[in-house]
Amino acid sequence: MAFLRVTSPHDHIRRDTGDIMRLVAVAALPGLAALTLFFGWGNVINIIWASLVAIACEAAILKLRKRPVSFYIKDYSAVVTAVLLALAIPPYAPWWLTMVGVAFAIIIGKQIYGGLGFNPFNPAMLGYVVLLISFPIEMTSWPSPANIAGSTPDFVESLQIIFPMFASVPVDAITAATPLDIMKQNTSLTTAEFYLSEPVLNQGFLVASGYEWVNLGFLLGGIFLLQQRVYTWHAPVAFLGALTLCAILFNDGGSSASKGSALFHLLSGGTMLGAFFIITDPVTSPTTIKGKLWFGGCAGVIVFIIRCWGNYPDAVAFAVLLMNLCAPTIEYYTLPRTYGHDRSRRATEKDDS
Amino acid sequence: MANYKELTVNGLWKNNPALVQVLGLCPLLAVSMNTVNSLGLGIATMAVLTLSNLSVSIIRNIVSDAIRLPAFVLIIASFTTVIDLLMKAFTYELWQILGIFIPLIVTNCMILGRADAYASRNPLLPSLYDGFIMGLGFALVMIVLGMIREIIGMGTLFDGMDLLLGPVAADWRIVISEDYSGFLVAALPPGAFIVCGFLMAAKNAIDMKIEEAAKAKRGDVVKGSKRVRTTGTIS
Repeated sequence: MAFLRVTSPHDHIRRDTGDIMRLVAVAALPGLAALTLFFGWGNVINIIWASLVAIACEAAILKLRKRPVSFYIKDYSAVVTAVLLALAIPPYAPWWLTMVGVAFAIIIGKQIYGGLGFNPFNPAMLGYVVLLISFPIEMTSWPSPANIAGSTPDFVESLQIIFPMFASVPVDAITAATPLDIMKQNTSLTTAEFYLSEPVLNQGFLVASGYEWVNLGFLLGGIFLLQQRVYTWHAPVAFLGALTLCAILFNDGGSSASKGSALFHLLSGGTMLGAFFIITDPVTSPTTIKGKLWFGGCAGVIVFIIRCWGNYPDAVAFAVLLMNLCAPTIEYYTLPRTYGHDRSRRATEKDDS
Repeated sequence: MANYKELTVNGLWKNNPALVQVLGLCPLLAVSMNTVNSLGLGIATMAVLTLSNLSVSIIRNIVSDAIRLPAFVLIIASFTTVIDLLMKAFTYELWQILGIFIPLIVTNCMILGRADAYASRNPLLPSLYDGFIMGLGFALVMIVLGMIREIIGMGTLFDGMDLLLGPVAADWRIVISEDYSGFLVAALPPGAFIVCGFLMAAKNAIDMKIEEAAKAKRGDVVKGSKRVRTTGTIS
């Protein structure tokens, strides 16, 4: 009788990188649907445009590095980077903004380090931060949600806003402050008062019109990815938990200096996109269970610190980049105990016992 | 007898202080956001390096080994003070912009490095020349870095050159594109590191090309391209 000898990992479903990347792209659909519903076609156009740029950049650099082009393009990692960046930037960002961000993310964020698997930083967030510090005005121009503005630009108008050279008459998008901006700039009103005075806040269902549904959409996508076991729950839960804890600790019941409730922080800005699509990146986050908890938790605390006391309204990208930098160290200190040993061992420990 | 040709090749290319030795990164990266700053600090560094190499070479047989480093630093600091006062007198606005980075020339390890590695062991003229050419290599890299960062970051070239060169240079400013809003990251510190990295990569790529060409010219046998022969001569 012959026994088949099978070595680990004992996965029941065989998935390659391309399958996982496609799942991540599909999981972004609910969030994208919410964005389209409240802000118009901008994000859809941005995603298509960003994907084209990403594939072109990736192919060009692979050609330059004399690597097989179609093999690496087919793993969809460049497309996922482009999709995540396009979801994070404002819907009506001009075409060149998206192009610069995606090109930077792919060329300098990823390929310079040696391609997928070698990049220390999340490429999409690197592109986002470069855009944010280089073009702060364009990067903070969010339109009003549909139920405040009355209508959103239709598909052709959206195209003309993003690619102004194709418009016969210039089309303008109406911009408005995001809930995080409003919360940050408020110094004189109590929370209850300015919830009454700001339509973007009081037209909402839970915390803020439009933005809450975008975040709930990404939450739904994230739960789908968890159910598909693309990643484990540790990093997202630690991230959301730490953010919630900070918000509860510093919530003073709604004075003018209030930092906002826990629900407000969970459902505004890029919280859910960050929790389920960014910090779960397998390349730039720790691989150990304890490491993932630390990684997510620290990222959550940094997000809260920068949101409340920093100069920028949202902080997910900065928090993720800072924690990417710490990931190797976290991994070093959180090595699990391996089978057959009575304690966990350091990665650098000599095997002389 | 010193080989001036070799000194030139070393200073400008083979052993370039900025691209190969990677010395003096602090001023190189902090100040090079535009051409005029780079040119100003490049010339200042070059002058200090040349003069300090000259002086160190003169006293090299008098100063004992034990106290040579403090002596060198004193010499470098004196020349830096001279340059600082000169710039304050003649290019006051540029002096204000460069600020702390002029006094910081003292701490540029390239200068102490050349004083200890070359000037303290070699006669006067070669030391003078070594200081000049090493300084020139540093200044050239800094100017190229400044030009690239100015074009990408601001969309201009030679902006404000009159701060250094007087009214003659007032209209040297070239605007690359009228409606270019500037890619700020190139003008910020991360841009300095990225552009500097690309310059190093370009230098290495050129070196590899040259070496390959030389190999092909020499007719080196590529490993595995020929089978072992049992007859004939083995070269």
